[in-house]
Amino acid sequence: MKKAIHYINQFFAGIGGEEKADYKPEIREGLVGPAMALNSVIDAEITHTVICGDNFMGSNKDEAVDRILNFLKDKEFDIFIAGPAFQAGRYGVACGTICKAVKEKFNVPVITSMNEENPGVEMFKKDIYIFKGGKSAAKLRKDIKSMADFANKILNGEELSSADEEGYFPRGIRHQVWLESGKTAAERGIEMLVKKLNNEPFETELVIPEPDRVPIAKPIKDLSKANIALVTSGGIVPIDNPDKIQSASATRWGRYDISKLDNLESGVFKTIHAGYDPAAADEDPDRVVPVDVMKVFEKEGKIGKLHKYFYSTVGTGTTQAEAARMGKEMLKYLQDDKVDGVILTST
Amino acid sequence: MLKEIERAGIPIVHMCNLIPVSLTVGANKIVPTISIPYPLGDPSTSEEEQWKLRYHRVEVALNALTEDIKDQTVFNVKI
Repeated sequence: MKKAIHYINQFFAGIGGEEKADYKPEIREGLVGPAMALNSVIDAEITHTVICGDNFMGSNKDEAVDRILNFLKDKEFDIFIAGPAFQAGRYGVACGTICKAVKEKFNVPVITSMNEENPGVEMFKKDIYIFKGGKSAAKLRKDIKSMADFANKILNGEELSSADEEGYFPRGIRHQVWLESGKTAAERGIEMLVKKLNNEPFETELVIPEPDRVPIAKPIKDLSKANIALVTSGGIVPIDNPDKIQSASATRWGRYDISKLDNLESGVFKTIHAGYDPAAADEDPDRVVPVDVMKVFEKEGKIGKLHKYFYSTVGTGTTQAEAARMGKEMLKYLQDDKVDGVILTST
Repeated sequence: MLKEIERAGIPIVHMCNLIPVSLTVGANKIVPTISIPYPLGDPSTSEEEQWKLRYHRVEVALNALTEDIKDQTVFNVKI
């Protein structure tokens, strides 16, 4: 029987949530958490489960990858599977990171699964198979099944179809295929051209992805006259969360007056972000929104002034569309007060 | 959020821990922070050390707002 190794994070291993996100890499014989579900549908034996905390992988990437590759070097395995990571951003990036490293080092097929909103998709879809997954762990079985179905094709040496047919994010790799229609590229090209000239819809065979880049804004000439604003996706709010910003998948944001404060006091402000351990942020919210040092820079004349409000929302599970909308809404207020520059802190 | 603000011509610097994510999303000016749950002050160090680190990294971020860059840039920090 073929052999497989599965990678999961500290949460799915049952070790703990955000308070355990610094958990160091570990390898266990046998099945842990979702590996059990995977083992029941994959045509291989999952011999080991690798576990690593999402923050450990995020903040100590090289060390985490080195340790895990070291765990694997004396193991025999035919395929490596990570996740599914759903919309969990750090877990997705971790799955992508380790899959890519395992593929490069051991040259075995690697598969993971994420939701399209997961930043890991954009970062790793060119390098590895990432199956289109659900938003949350409610889709665990379904996402595992999609990965396993494809893994089984690879393990059994079956013919693989295109990204869309199989259900993973296109990697931008072109394969040579015989079309049943028998139409040559020249014929298809002319057909497309004619459609284009007639303003009819047509589908290209070579999609060139357009990265969404914004032009670099003109720099500030004189900081000592500049009006600087603080924005955060770290969920810092007054203790009663007056705008009822959601702890995940936020659609709301707030702005809070800091003109009369020297810093953000613990007990007056806190974080409502459900995507990281709140202990350090609650103990001193300046660790996330550095009002205290900005006030000193204002007094020292390093900056002209600190804008009267800081702006806050929660950046976990938040869709790009919602984030863009909230950014535009904040922008109006920033422009009204002629803000010259912004520091955005993320957790 | 970041891109909508920069799109309007306001320079913006992203202070974050997951630099590859920030680069992929498309931030133009990036200053690294020390961790995810405590970007600008490690609770296991003294208040003074935390203050120094925060003062330094925010200063790097402020200076970054004045830099005329041609490409996405991750600014260096000393502490």
